[in-house]
Amino acid sequence: MGSGKTALVAALCRSLAGDLALAVVTNDIYTTEDADFLRQAGVLAGERIVAVETGCCPHTAIRDDIGANLEAVEGLEERLAPLDLVLVESGGDNLTATFSRGLVDRQIFVLDVAGGDKVPRKGGPGVTGADLLVVNKVDLAPAVRADLAVMARDAAARRGGGPVVFCSLTDDPAAGAVTSWVRAQLAVPPG
Amino acid sequence: MSLRAAALLLADGRFPAGGHAHSGGVEAAVARGRVGDLDDLVAFLRGRLATAGLVDAALAATTCHRAGGAGVLPWGELVAEADARQPSPALRASARVQGRALLRVGRRAWPGPILDELACAGPDGTPHSVVLGACAAAAGLRPGDAAAIAAHQAVAGPASAAVRLLGFDPLAVAAALADLADDVDRVAADAARTAGGSAADLPCGSALLLELGAEDHAAWEVRLFAS
Repeated sequence: MGSGKTALVAALCRSLAGDLALAVVTNDIYTTEDADFLRQAGVLAGERIVAVETGCCPHTAIRDDIGANLEAVEGLEERLAPLDLVLVESGGDNLTATFSRGLVDRQIFVLDVAGGDKVPRKGGPGVTGADLLVVNKVDLAPAVRADLAVMARDAAARRGGGPVVFCSLTDDPAAGAVTSWVRAQLAVPPG
Repeated sequence: MSLRAAALLLADGRFPAGGHAHSGGVEAAVARGRVGDLDDLVAFLRGRLATAGLVDAALAATTCHRAGGAGVLPWGELVAEADARQPSPALRASARVQGRALLRVGRRAWPGPILDELACAGPDGTPHSVVLGACAAAAGLRPGDAAAIAAHQAVAGPASAAVRLLGFDPLAVAAALADLADDVDRVAADAARTAGGSAADLPCGSALLLELGAEDHAAWEVRLFAS
């Protein structure tokens, strides 16, 4: 919650929309908060952003019971074909949140430095299993006394060396490192 | 015949058919102060079971009966009868959303001509009760099973939504559902008896507050459940 996922999605849209056909599906606790934020940010045409209603449980809608999200993605693909990339955001949950492979080809898990530098060590399927771990808001590290070296060491251990990006949208509003990772993934076949 | 595993699967709240995102009218009732404590919830569930629950169970049973028989399946007639019993546009839409979600997983679970035909028959979606009956038939279940599953879901889903919305003791809610079990069985049996007859003669149990509440709820800017 509050780790900056929606702001990161907005940054990715700004960085990628110039040459890729994009769409976004949001999963909120309350219906359309994140979708409204993205529409107001003006990063994509409103028709390219769809909100899924999750009945209090965004993690259920992305993991155990993905039909509503599949329907949203398929609807976007039908209306806006051809699409290069659909970003599915689910938010406001916890370390056990993880996406079904029936719904997404790649998963990015976003942690907030202000949540404490112990979080990577605590692990959980998001930290250990995501294709990319983003440690966000690193500009706040001094203020919250978070040790980024500890986070990097623990994340590497938990993830078996899987990729980790340290990100600050304050210092780099285009989220360059995350954008590069996403672009590289587009060249890799899904699965 | 004894309890069938396919029926348990279809009735399970964890079967991935999208039910978790719908409150069955509880969210609107809570907001309007009609459900605040456990007694209110039980009264709400009794009312829902006797009205929407009976209609859904009868439609599910009739669909299962027709789909399990020979001949061209009268999907259009069944959908028209479902819509004739549902005056709320919001609830018609919600029934179709839930029907599409159930059909998506049903076709994977029980592939075959029944559900393929249904998918072609209703491109905009078919009401959940009709899809449920068709899934039951595709799974080799009987009309009575379809009715029992529909009647169970008419109270179980809203009860779980109430736990999330009001923080009720889940054990107390489970006990309340156990108390309702005989009523659920009775409604399922009444519904199953209609299965062989004319679809036009199916029961009609309008629930005005559910319908008005659903119209109101669909217009909210902020809500936790889709319906």
